[in-house]
Amino acid sequence: MEHGSALMHVLLGKLTLDAIPYDVPLIFWTGVVVAVLTVAVLGTITAAGWWGYLWREWFTSVDHKKIGIMYLVLAVIMLLRGFSDAILMRLQQAMAFGGNMGFLPPEHYNQIFTAHGTIMIFFVAMPLVVGLMNYVVPMQIGGRDVAFPFLNNFSFWMTASGAMLIMVSLFIGSFSRAGWLAMAPLSEAAYSPGVGVDYYIWGLQIAGVGTLLSGINFVVTIVKMRAPGMSMMKMPVFTWTALCTNILIVAAFPILTATLGLLSLDRYLGMHFFTNSAGGEAMMYTNLIWIWGHPEVYILILPMFGVFSEVISTFSGKRLFGYSSMVYATAAITLLSYLVWLHHFFTMGSGADVNSFFAITTMIISIPTGVKIFNWLFTMYRGRIRFEVPMLWSLAFLFTFVIGGMTGVMLSVAPADFVLHNSLFLVAHFHNVIIGGVVFGAFAGMNFWFPKAFGFRLDPFWGKVSFWCWLVGYWVAFTPLYVMGLMGVTRRLSHFTDPSLQIWFEIAGVGAAIILVGIAAFLVQIAVSIRNRHALADTTGDPWDGRTLEWSTSSPPPHYNFAFTPVVHDRDAWTDMKRRGAERPTAGFSPIHMPKNTGAGFVLAFLSFVCGFGLVWHIWWMAGASFLALIAVAIGHSFNYHRDYHIPADEVRDVEQTFARRVAEQGAV
Amino acid sequence: MSETTASGAVGPGASIFYATEEPHPDNGTLLGFWIYLMSDCLIFAVLFACYAVYGGSYAGGPTPGEVFDLHGLALNTAMLLFSSITYGFAMLEMAQRRRTRTLAWLAVAGLFAVAFVGFEVNEFAHMIAEGAGPWRSAFLSSFFALVATHGLHVTSGIIWLATLMIQVGRYGLTAENERRLSCLSMFWHFLDLVWVGVFSFVYLVGVLR
Repeated sequence: MEHGSALMHVLLGKLTLDAIPYDVPLIFWTGVVVAVLTVAVLGTITAAGWWGYLWREWFTSVDHKKIGIMYLVLAVIMLLRGFSDAILMRLQQAMAFGGNMGFLPPEHYNQIFTAHGTIMIFFVAMPLVVGLMNYVVPMQIGGRDVAFPFLNNFSFWMTASGAMLIMVSLFIGSFSRAGWLAMAPLSEAAYSPGVGVDYYIWGLQIAGVGTLLSGINFVVTIVKMRAPGMSMMKMPVFTWTALCTNILIVAAFPILTATLGLLSLDRYLGMHFFTNSAGGEAMMYTNLIWIWGHPEVYILILPMFGVFSEVISTFSGKRLFGYSSMVYATAAITLLSYLVWLHHFFTMGSGADVNSFFAITTMIISIPTGVKIFNWLFTMYRGRIRFEVPMLWSLAFLFTFVIGGMTGVMLSVAPADFVLHNSLFLVAHFHNVIIGGVVFGAFAGMNFWFPKAFGFRLDPFWGKVSFWCWLVGYWVAFTPLYVMGLMGVTRRLSHFTDPSLQIWFEIAGVGAAIILVGIAAFLVQIAVSIRNRHALADTTGDPWDGRTLEWSTSSPPPHYNFAFTPVVHDRDAWTDMKRRGAERPTAGFSPIHMPKNTGAGFVLAFLSFVCGFGLVWHIWWMAGASFLALIAVAIGHSFNYHRDYHIPADEVRDVEQTFARRVAEQGAV
Repeated sequence: MSETTASGAVGPGASIFYATEEPHPDNGTLLGFWIYLMSDCLIFAVLFACYAVYGGSYAGGPTPGEVFDLHGLALNTAMLLFSSITYGFAMLEMAQRRRTRTLAWLAVAGLFAVAFVGFEVNEFAHMIAEGAGPWRSAFLSSFFALVATHGLHVTSGIIWLATLMIQVGRYGLTAENERRLSCLSMFWHFLDLVWVGVFSFVYLVGVLR
């Protein structure tokens, strides 16, 4: 018996059958339902014989357009998971008053708010941002792909592997209870002895590799691969914001990697970086994590500022107002985002001088942001505004984000922050800017670029239903949190004693339900649009009278994007081309040099997932073997020198002529 | 639609809107690798910052003066510096397109790096045996984390070097292999530079402390 358990320990580490949560019906049945759904989906794919197609055309694809779409699909799936957590929290807080303890015990509730934050930031917001950049940036700069197409595929699968690891934690073992930033010393082995924090660490580390490589990839793409004539100050604003975001990624994510690395040294090897004993310093963790964390929120919002710039200028039928000031404002925010991290913990007690410095730098950020808001307003001024769905999201953003920005300035006043710190006011503030900024931006972007990606527009009716539900739902859900925060209610509580608060939580619950309808309407919108795709078809490639180069291609664009690289003379290059009657060449095609698909990225990311799982459960042979396999596959891949091919000129000619005929039939351009 | 070729200028201003020639964007690999190195530099920055904060947190345990062996260290530093300069010789031979000599110098650079890592492992084992392991105090945690991270970088550099030697041996000094050698060269010198920081900041300042 003794001998047997020792063997089991070597084979399975800390993993036993107890790790499956049979005893918690809510998790267990969620697990069963997810398992059944997964089997159903996989079964359908097998029955329909789609595996080969998916593997050849999608999983192994190095095409930035397909990778962008896969990021967005991942983000939407993870949004459903993250939002389920939100609904559970809203229900619990609306119920758990006085004698009623609600339906979630505290340790489960803590896992839920941790999972909600982690998933929404790392596996919803980040894939939305990276997905949009992937799809749009290479086309806006007139390129055929990113600088490192294989790395791009690898990055996606690493992000997906990280998401998988977090999902697995729901059904095997448990997730972290230490909040979305795993603050020490709570996240140390002494206070979080289970596997939860380890799932968090390895999920984020694996996804973090992908994010960092994406960052490098896009900086090089934007710096090196712009079409002839496109100087930096002729780049579309979305590309500018993408450049700044990727610089932030490269300059911030290594800090997260190092910080989580040190936390894992504490947890796995008993070191003393952030412990309470032997010289460890927990506030060091808080500092380091926010030196990454504050730039991170700008990583999320800057590209969305770019989306709004494109959308507002397109649907106002005008060139963007104040292009240069927009660019300088973006660059200023990029720099300032590194100088404000301490405002997340004014209460650390670093003294009035330090707090004043960080309070002032924080307030200064509102200046370039204000510049942007005025630029968007002046772009609309005397424009011929079309209230299409992307434009509605942008208008709602202007209104919502300004209020979120103002509550942010309130929090930046250090003495006020001592009162509001860790309160529901803070929770309301960051949801105000993240939903009002990042989520609205993502929906604006998806509605805007969807016809480019798939060749048909999204149904506007269901788009408007989704939009109004999100907007109203957001305000109903979070205004009560502002109010309660000002009354001093703290965050992350699973039970309340003061019955006078209950009505506010009930209102917030109604708001969450309205948002749920908004998400459902978005899914219906996609389904309805696929059904009505012929009526909604975009044959010209330019359904919105767009201004930048991606609208000069067919919808969906050919694999190689541009048969001839466009030459840029002006900002809003495509508007310039249309105005001056540029015609697409119809002859003189040459073969196009493209990268080949490869399964190496998928395999490497899968091995990383296995390695992460082994590390979480202390199954050392599994972690070691998969790590060695990881190195072997990476080296093996480096022996493959034949990574490209040519699309024959005849094929390019056929594709281009078909498109030209279709456009001619429409009588457009 | 008129049959225009790509170079056919159209409209007022007679601008060209499409390039006829196939675009040949500059190879971005070296720039990308530079950016990667800068991101790696930030990992070291965090570790240096930790050492700055924890460098005096002995928790009643050993101090730098008691655990650092500066003589051995000087020798070890010499190994890494020799490794760097011999890698430089390999690159000079590569520029002359002499494959065998390139490979020979790469092998020398690799051996120096192996000696460096060997010494470091020995030093760590020695310290742990003396009761000065990384779990003893925050000072030792930050010391081991920084120095071992550098050591792991050198180790992965050695694996990369061995791989590249096989590839150069098998496929010759092709443009692709030259690019890879240039990337590894940057990596190699970067690690040298970090080591200069480690040597001065961790060991020398530590002993003075």
